[in-house]
Amino acid sequence: MLGHKPSLPLPPHRTPRSAVSANLATPAMSIFEYNGSAVVAMVGKNCFAIASDRRLGVQLQTVATDFQRVFKIHGKLYLGLSGLATDAQTLYQRLVFKHKLYQLREERDMKPETFASLVSALLYEKRFGPYFCQPIIAGLGEDNEPFICTMDCIGAKELAKDFVVSGTASESLYGACESMYKPNMEPEELFETISQALLSSVDRDCLSGWGGYVLVVTPTEVQERVLKGRMD
Amino acid sequence: MTGSMDLPAKGGFSFDLCRRNAMLEKKGLKVPGFRKTGTTIVGLVFQDGVVLGADTRATEGPIVADKNCEKIHYMAPNIYCCGAGTAADTEAVTDMVSSQLHLHRYATSRESRVVTALTLLKTHLFNYQGHVSAALVLGGVDVTGPHLHTVYPHGSTDTLPFATMGSGSLAAMSVFESKYKEGLTREEGIQLVAEAICAGIFNDLGSGSNVDVCVITKGKTEYLRNHQLPNPRTYASSKGYSFTKGHTEVLSTKIIPLKQKAEVAEGDAMEE
Repeated sequence: MLGHKPSLPLPPHRTPRSAVSANLATPAMSIFEYNGSAVVAMVGKNCFAIASDRRLGVQLQTVATDFQRVFKIHGKLYLGLSGLATDAQTLYQRLVFKHKLYQLREERDMKPETFASLVSALLYEKRFGPYFCQPIIAGLGEDNEPFICTMDCIGAKELAKDFVVSGTASESLYGACESMYKPNMEPEELFETISQALLSSVDRDCLSGWGGYVLVVTPTEVQERVLKGRMD
Repeated sequence: MTGSMDLPAKGGFSFDLCRRNAMLEKKGLKVPGFRKTGTTIVGLVFQDGVVLGADTRATEGPIVADKNCEKIHYMAPNIYCCGAGTAADTEAVTDMVSSQLHLHRYATSRESRVVTALTLLKTHLFNYQGHVSAALVLGGVDVTGPHLHTVYPHGSTDTLPFATMGSGSLAAMSVFESKYKEGLTREEGIQLVAEAICAGIFNDLGSGSNVDVCVITKGKTEYLRNHQLPNPRTYASSKGYSFTKGHTEVLSTKIIPLKQKAEVAEGDAMEE
């Protein structure tokens, strides 16, 4: 009896948490659903638009509402990366590194088609241990002809003439873009269409949303806009 | 660790992320599915050469990722290859063998032979023991005549007068087995290939959209992209959606003008 101190159980919030959250007791989630994302790109008349949501989550908890998923490679070439956020950032850093070396050697910017092949090769190199990202590449090529393309996480390119989608909200995005898209839209109309498609699709996906970020690129200017969306 | 980033990658596969991915899988996260070309691809030999055919649907699980992709890949001016299986694998392996054939043509100064492409493909696929998931129908015409082969992901090959591969292969093979005969003319060959692909498109859920055909004869190759379009999009409303300007709520806008790059004119070399 003497010396026996009754010990209280540790309160739950004091137990140490590992970096990969301990509540993986949830049924097996896909690695793509760990962070949640939605990225879409559309072609207009001599212009293109690329848009993404702004949520960064850890499974069902939201950690940031201003996460950047669309990155600039050069003035007329943008890269959107959906999927695991850490792989998206690593992949972006490696690609910017390769593009900067290309710029130094060739003294010019990379064409969008060339950049798409570079991304595809980089992803296929990791065929048996891939980066968990689905890139969307959007740019203005020769004669300011818009170019968009997407790939799966091992680099299978899909060139499209109208729109490309990726992320956890991709199924809704396919439906929304399929109905709302029209060919040869001017930049103002293209902005409205891509914003409505993005906002309506992320409203049907728990893991993406919290606003939107849209870039419309024409041969003379780049319009960046932040959209107001549902914050749930 | 200083060694990892010093040398640029020498080409081939890199297994850097495998340990991390295995750890994630053990913690319960499922690996994502890759884009497949659940497909119907066919080939047949007719009197003057070879006809290859393919559908144009690329799937990602149950969703159609691409409604009009290209599954007939260029290998050499006289050799083409249809690919089924994981899309990235078929594209990468056909691109790689196409480059190797080009180098071989430079080294030998001769037109490429179909068996060369066949051997390069089967040794690569066998080396990776089926993990590179590419099922191919390879056809072409060279100095020894017309040839048609199928290549399986583990590296085995067959040489056949008519062949089908992919998820729609049974539907297409039923058409070939009933209607194929030796000594078909060019028109009959194209017609039969289109019929077999249509059987795959309409009966197999993994195949769809349009029919691509490629006709290879001695000295001439014709790639008939979208030879038939049996699934037109007829339900779209002619007016479409129209959103008025200012419809979407915007929190902030930033407009950045793009500077046109100034061209520096090459000066004349200084005269000595």
